[in-house]
Amino acid sequence: MSRPVATADVRTIDREGLDALIRALGAQGRRVIGPVLRDGAIVTGPVTSVDDLPAGVVDHQEAGGYHLEGQGNGALFHHGVGPHTWKRYLYPPVRTLWTARRVRRGFETTPNAEPTPRQAFLGVRGCDLAALSALDRVLRDGPYADPCYAACRAEALVIAVNCTRPGGTCFCVSMGGGPKVAAGYDLALTELPGEDRHVLLVEAGSEAGAALLAGLPSEPADRAALAAAEARLAEAVDSMGRDMIPDVAQVLRDGLTSGHWDDVARRCLSCANCTLVCPTCFCSTVEDVTDLTGGEARRERRWDSCFTLDFSYIHGGHIRRGGDSRYRQWITHKLAHWHDQFGTSGCTGCGRCITWCPVGIDITEEAKAIKNREGRT
Amino acid sequence: MAAKRPKLAVWKFSSCDGCQLSLLDCEDELLAVAEAVEIAYFLEATRAEVRGPYDVSLVEGSISTPHDAERIHKVRRKSRALITIGACATAGGIQALRNFHDVDDFVRSVYAHPEYISTLAKSTPIQDHVPVDFELRGCPIDKFQLLEVLNAFLNGRKPNIPRHSQCVECKLSGTVCVMVAKGEPCLGPLTQAGCGNLCPSCDRPCYGCFGPKETPNTASLADWSVRCLGRDERQVRHMFRAFTAYAEPFRKESEAHE
Ligand code: SF4
Ligand code: SF4
Ligand code: SF4
Ligand code: SF4
Repeated sequence: MSRPVATADVRTIDREGLDALIRALGAQGRRVIGPVLRDGAIVTGPVTSVDDLPAGVVDHQEAGGYHLEGQGNGALFHHGVGPHTWKRYLYPPVRTLWTARRVRRGFETTPNAEPTPRQAFLGVRGCDLAALSALDRVLRDGPYADPCYAACRAEALVIAVNCTRPGGTCFCVSMGGGPKVAAGYDLALTELPGEDRHVLLVEAGSEAGAALLAGLPSEPADRAALAAAEARLAEAVDSMGRDMIPDVAQVLRDGLTSGHWDDVARRCLSCANCTLVCPTCFCSTVEDVTDLTGGEARRERRWDSCFTLDFSYIHGGHIRRGGDSRYRQWITHKLAHWHDQFGTSGCTGCGRCITWCPVGIDITEEAKAIKNREGRT
Repeated sequence: MAAKRPKLAVWKFSSCDGCQLSLLDCEDELLAVAEAVEIAYFLEATRAEVRGPYDVSLVEGSISTPHDAERIHKVRRKSRALITIGACATAGGIQALRNFHDVDDFVRSVYAHPEYISTLAKSTPIQDHVPVDFELRGCPIDKFQLLEVLNAFLNGRKPNIPRHSQCVECKLSGTVCVMVAKGEPCLGPLTQAGCGNLCPSCDRPCYGCFGPKETPNTASLADWSVRCLGRDERQVRHMFRAFTAYAEPFRKESEAHE
């Protein structure tokens, strides 16, 4: 994102205008990544025209369940967030950090010099903007900055979308990050699919966004359109599928020895899906790989999760052997200790971990259960 | 230099040869393997035999006959490192399905002359008989994992063979979860990663070829399959009785649904 602009006029574009935007981003040499339909879900993938977007598809999400349905109005963004997150494009699942070659004495290393991709993210929701800002604190602004993340982030444009149809597992309102996007975008869209006219409101949030918008066929937004957008957002606020208890951080700090962890452990598979779909989980491991002769080696970084046994291996053994301690590590890190470490919550309320848990374990319900068990209701 | 190449032997017990073929399937890498090690015993590839002892023995297949049970001790004695490869060697294989029934009934109904058949009551993994230095899972094994294990042993380092779930591979490669999006019970959350995400990326649930992951919670997945995905006891039992049915966590879970 480039420098933010103070106030911005709201304009409207139509489907062709959005197509022009996608093409303009492409003409800047950017890879546009946005929502696409694949294998029965709306995931993220390359988008080269408005026809690549999932027109008229809505999703239904519940704990451990996801399915799609066709809808008549041709809306492009009437779905919640899917299983992919933007961290995939800033902090890739597997990355070679450096390669090494054996020389007469010791070895010589060559850092990975892959060029930084120029990307544009289309359809970034309020919760995902909150996630990007959380990741910025960890991977860009903190003491352990990741140069690849920082470089990719600087080169990426963010085209946000105001959520007007939250999913059944969403709770961004209780986490404060949505559904209306507040800051951190280059352009923000609000879709107004209508019987006769399908338009999108557009607001610039940065100089780069304003320059892009100036090049698009657009009109000033009329009052009716602005009111319709406000009404849709208000409706979205009221249709959150879930909510998080407000005192969750303290509840978890007080509940470290709760008997409830055993109850979760009976259900939790320690499969790691929740952490890997979470837009803010940043844990990774490094592995060294050699060739058969031992002449060449490379160091690879791979996403990891506090749900794997080896994650907590230190000399002498594994610290978190059971599902109880692994689940506790996850939920207390996200909702309590993240505040101490990074000054924000590690959870944006996107609901992905609830939807994509194969056995429907729900972070909002587990938090409530701990609270009730501790007799704080 | 050439004289010092470590000696590699590949042994077959009760199995289909598929795992050994994974080594031959390493087309591009095979020359490098042949340069790095002396292939001292590998009947699938060459008739030439070099006498033991061997630095690394790869053992394919389960122990299912009295002869197997004897021979594996000889192999162990001749091998510095013994690595078992595949579901047969590490879990008893698909042939271990007979362990759930009376083997004599099978022998009588299948063979015209049952008296010629010499078999053990159960097909068991190699580690039930001799100490094993490393278990490489899979049905068949993944050739990249095989190269990784050979690499690691030749270079004296720990192999990068994670024991976490298949789900991690799904998520790393961006595959949409078939269990959540299609409502199909999937063994992936209980199964060790390693296949490169083969079935879920083809819209199929995981069949558990790589055997149980570390700390598999079989009861929870079975319960969810019945309560939320509409499967009955028989279907749950069959789900756990596939290529790694005799691996202990899967065996116990299938028996709980008898
Ligand atoms: S913890 Fe769950 S709801 Fe919160 S940000 Fe992560 S995936 Fe989303
Ligand atoms: S919840 Fe677990 S995987 Fe996520 S950031 Fe924290 S320790 Fe890492
Ligand atoms: S909470 Fe669900 S997704 Fe997370 S590790 Fe446990 S079973 Fe897997
Ligand atoms: S498809 Fe199976 S292996 Fe993949 S994430 Fe879903 S449950 Fe796990």
